Amino acid sequence: MILLFPEPFEICVLVLAVLILVALYRLVAGPTSPDRVVALDAINTLVVGIMFALGVIFRENIFVDVAILYAVLSFIGTIYYAWYIGGRYT
Amino acid sequence: MIIEPLIAICIIIGLVFSALGIFGLIRFPDVYTRLHAETKATTFGSIFIGLAVILYALFRWDDAGEGISLAAHVLIGIIILMVTNATGSHAIARAAYKSGQKPDPSVTDALADVEP
Repeated sequence: MILLFPEPFEICVLVLAVLILVALYRLVAGPTSPDRVVALDAINTLVVGIMFALGVIFRENIFVDVAILYAVLSFIGTIYYAWYIGGRYT
Repeated sequence: MIIEPLIAICIIIGLVFSALGIFGLIRFPDVYTRLHAETKATTFGSIFIGLAVILYALFRWDDAGEGISLAAHVLIGIIILMVTNATGSHAIARAAYKSGQKPDPSVTDALADVEP
């Protein structure tokens, strides 16, 4: 590999994975259900960032395509959780 | 070259803001402050990691055409991330208010006057 690349992206993936493990605490121990949805939203955003970096590490475009689809599907999941918690209509 | 420090700076900014967002998610007292800390900071961090990937794909990829394709896909992903995270966090805040949870340490509730 050319000097110190792409090792920064591997460090990036490692740190983001540790952050996901920390956010799992709020997902498990959050006192109310909106707290758990907030933690799930944070984990989804971090997973999209991890997939961006994995696309560079493994030299594959397919990781970024999967990241786009994952972002859209996690948004749909968040909207359905919001409907479940707060009611669909005003 | 100038590109490697730029990529490193983008990655460091992304990691620091993601860590701040998760720190706020763990430490803040109620759901609205947790949402406020987490959504903006984590989205900003993921956007900067995507910017680092775009810089690497444009300037340091082996095959130039494949690098431009990867950069375009990451750009589309960043735009989708910006739109969906803002809308989703708004929906979560509204659902939390509708479910009867009040902002805990605050003293006023201005939305209760407008919306019963």
